[in-house]
Amino acid sequence: MDALRRTLLKGAGATGAIAAAIAAGVLKPSQVLAAEWNRAAFDAKDVAGAVKGLGGAGAADHAGIVIKAPDIAENGAVVPVDVSSSIPNTVSLAVLVDKNPLPLSAAFDFANGALPEMALRLKLGQTSLVEVVARTADGKFYKAKKEVKVTVGGCGG
Amino acid sequence: MADPMKIRAQMKGDTAEIRVLMSHAMETGQRKDNTGATVPSHFIQSITVDVGGKRVIQGQTGTSVSRNPVFGFKVKGAKAGDKVIINWVDNKGDKRTDEATIAA
Repeated sequence: MDALRRTLLKGAGATGAIAAAIAAGVLKPSQVLAAEWNRAAFDAKDVAGAVKGLGGAGAADHAGIVIKAPDIAENGAVVPVDVSSSIPNTVSLAVLVDKNPLPLSAAFDFANGALPEMALRLKLGQTSLVEVVARTADGKFYKAKKEVKVTVGGCGG
Repeated sequence: MADPMKIRAQMKGDTAEIRVLMSHAMETGQRKDNTGATVPSHFIQSITVDVGGKRVIQGQTGTSVSRNPVFGFKVKGAKAGDKVIINWVDNKGDKRTDEATIAA
C-alpha cells in the first residue's frame, strides 16, 4: 500500500495504472483518495515547483476551467474564489496563488458524484495570478489563470 | 479542541450543495507578533467529506487559505437525509469531525 501511495503522489505517469487497479477492484476509490499531505507541492516556493509537485508540469491551457474571483479585492486576507471544470472526467482541482510565499493553497480530489467544483477563500499577499490546475481521470493536466488585484495585503507583517 | 464546524447541506435538484465553515486560525508561519518573533505556522492540512457513507472529497490545503476557512462543494446523486461527515486535520495533529444531514 505504501508503495502505491508514493506513485499516487507522483501523479501523472501513474494514473493509468491506478485506473486499471480500480477497474480490477484492487483499489477502492476511497483508498485512492487517502493520500498523504503532498509536502513537495505545498512547500514549493513558486508556481512551477508546486505544479511539478502535483505531477502536472507542462499542463496545457484550457477554457473549460472557470475561475470566478473578484477583479479587485479590497481585502487580500479573504478573497472568495469559485473554481469549476467542465473538462470531462476532471478528478482533481488545485488552486495556486503565484505571488504568495507558498503558492499552492489547496488541492482537492473528487469522487463518487462530487462535481469538480469548489468555493473557497484565499489569502493573497499582493496582486497575483490565481492559477487552477485540473487533472483528469486519464492523468492529463490542464490549467487556467485569472489576475486578482489586491489593494490591502493578506499576509500581515 | 477546536470549535465545531458549521455545515449546511441542501438539495438543489439532484445535487447536494454543501457549505462548511471551519474555525481555525490558519497561521501562515510568515507573520510576526508584537515582539518580532515569528508566529509558528498552524493550518489545516487535510480535509475529507463523506456523503451517505461514501468518500466524495479528499483535499489538502496550505497556508494561503483564509482564516476560518469556508468551502463549498456540490455532490450529484446524494439524497435528502444522507449524512454528511466532514473531517479536518491540521499540521499540529489537531482534528475535528462534524456531521450534518442533507436537507430537502
